[in-house]
Amino acid sequence: MAKDNSNIINMSVTLFLITAISAVVLASVFSLTKEPIAQAKAQKLETAVKNVMPEFDRLEQKEVPAFDMPDKKLLLNIAYKGDEIVGYAINSYTNKGFAGDINVMVGLLVDGTINDTYVLEHKETPGLGSKMSDDKFKNQFKGLNPATKKLFVKKDGGDVDAITAATISSRAFCDALIRAVETLKTMEGKNNE
Amino acid sequence: MNKFKILTRGFIAENPVFVLLLGMCPTLGVTTSAINGMGMGLATAFVLLMSNIFISSLKNMIPNMVRIPAFIVIIASFVTVVDLVMEAYVPALYESLGLYIPLIVVNCIVLGRAEAFASKNNVINSAIDGLGMGLGFTFALTLLGSVREILGSGAIFNYKFISPDADGLLVFVLAPGAFFALGYLIVIMNSFKKA
Repeated sequence: MAKDNSNIINMSVTLFLITAISAVVLASVFSLTKEPIAQAKAQKLETAVKNVMPEFDRLEQKEVPAFDMPDKKLLLNIAYKGDEIVGYAINSYTNKGFAGDINVMVGLLVDGTINDTYVLEHKETPGLGSKMSDDKFKNQFKGLNPATKKLFVKKDGGDVDAITAATISSRAFCDALIRAVETLKTMEGKNNE
Repeated sequence: MNKFKILTRGFIAENPVFVLLLGMCPTLGVTTSAINGMGMGLATAFVLLMSNIFISSLKNMIPNMVRIPAFIVIIASFVTVVDLVMEAYVPALYESLGLYIPLIVVNCIVLGRAEAFASKNNVINSAIDGLGMGLGFTFALTLLGSVREILGSGAIFNYKFISPDADGLLVFVLAPGAFFALGYLIVIMNSFKKA
């Protein structure tokens, strides 16, 4: 590389060849990994649903509009055991997180109580907001009925113990829970009409 | 320079993080836990190794004036391959590293080794250099990640050795702690080198 041998033809040809080869390689890697990526995502959703639902035989998936934003669709998994509905797992979200959106799978039983929650995706601070998927925080929601308890952190006059030093993440988590609960209510209201 | 020396200088003598202070963005950003640091380090090491091999074998065909764009295209292709493969097979790690994987493209170490070493040396030496530098980077990130995880969350490789309800020194998990930990590690590294 000591002498400069560049001219317009060999520069264009080399760059063209390198980019063309890269494009072919990337296209093939993309099509090879497409399946596993989709599978990994589906697997994750499945684990989430299994984690937040009591035992079930089959699932029915449905898209429902969020109660406060009709344009935003939430994925609703209805879990059946035999012919009876045992619960609903709603893939809820919040945009009130400390760093970006939080995606939470919320499992609700038929009587409206929260069965369990599972954080699918978040960008909260590790060691602070990330504790929302720890049992210590999560367990307070198990068996909690949103009709009798207020889903706000105690600072805001609710019944939820916030994570130490992560009030914003805790608030956001509650927001996602409320979105799930209200969306389900709205949907049931429509079905009864 | 013999091959063994090329391989080992990335660890102590010319460690990319502790001595050259290159690639500070991922170093400070992802090392909140040992496993994150190690994942990031290995991803970078793979890109370094592959880009060094390719750039060194193509160095006589690439005209001097377009060598930087050519290097960047090669590096970016390998980064995209790593990005897709990680998303497919290690989704959990992929999520925690997030944006930092695509950012390997602009990591100074990768282009720095391509320009300073691979474009002037033969393929075998370049491969050894890429591997040595990559593993040196992995070593540094894992060390920094371990220190921050031990002090910040009382755990190592996700294994918690303090009471599950107890908190560590949270500052080490946050951004300022990255600077503290890195500073002290550089001091310790330098005292080793002097001795």
